Amino acid sequence: MSLTRRETLILGIGAAALATAGLRSSPVLAAAEDTQAMIMEFTGGKEPESGRITLNAPEIAENGNTVPISVSVDSPMTADDYVEQVIVLAEGNPNPGVVVFAFSPLSGSADASTRMRLAKTQNVVAVAKMKDGSVFMDKREVKVTIGGCGG
Amino acid sequence: MASAKPRVKVPSSASKDEVITIKTLISHTMESGVRKDKEGNVIPRKIINTFTAEFNGAKVFEANIEPAISANPYFEFSMRVPESGTIKFTWVDDDGSVYSEEKTIEVN
Repeated sequence: MSLTRRETLILGIGAAALATAGLRSSPVLAAAEDTQAMIMEFTGGKEPESGRITLNAPEIAENGNTVPISVSVDSPMTADDYVEQVIVLAEGNPNPGVVVFAFSPLSGSADASTRMRLAKTQNVVAVAKMKDGSVFMDKREVKVTIGGCGG
Repeated sequence: MASAKPRVKVPSSASKDEVITIKTLISHTMESGVRKDKEGNVIPRKIINTFTAEFNGAKVFEANIEPAISANPYFEFSMRVPESGTIKFTWVDDDGSVYSEEKTIEVN
């Protein structure tokens, strides 16, 4: 099969588009893997269970520069049984790390709120580590209208 | 930003072992280190990287902060009040500056 000049050109554009799409998708996958790796590092290799931790985030964030989030963990917060740390991660940001909260028995209850940046629509993950070493996770998808990482 | 101004909201009194809510805010640009200026140069990262709250010297709450926290970082958290005392809030900047604020609380 011999190609005309025009056909060659079209093929070329197609190949270029494919290559670009491939490049675009790889950082996203990498970020999801990074997130998983960071969860494992945080938990010390333990697979987190669901339950006890609640992550609150808006379903739709109009402005990715300030997205209010809050985490709350069900715990008595006594000296023997309290939430040591909660990590918040964003799968689709240039770096998945957002914040690590450290609590103490003086915290009274394991609640914390802050405002975060989201580059685009993505999953936000929160993982809690208890004093006894058990780990719990919650995940929420936030749709972002305007991304918050500038450029 | 030249001056980072901390603002903290703590109730002035509480009953013993009451769990109170504390709100904190500090004005800071939280430059993420991924933005570029008009010439395409990366603007260097400059954020508040750590926030801590201590009650009479004992740690209550700490946040280790990444650039994904918004400008003017806001934190809301809880504290159980065992006795009257002072809550000390500290923010640490990437450039080494430390901003702090203290509030007293009475147990009645």
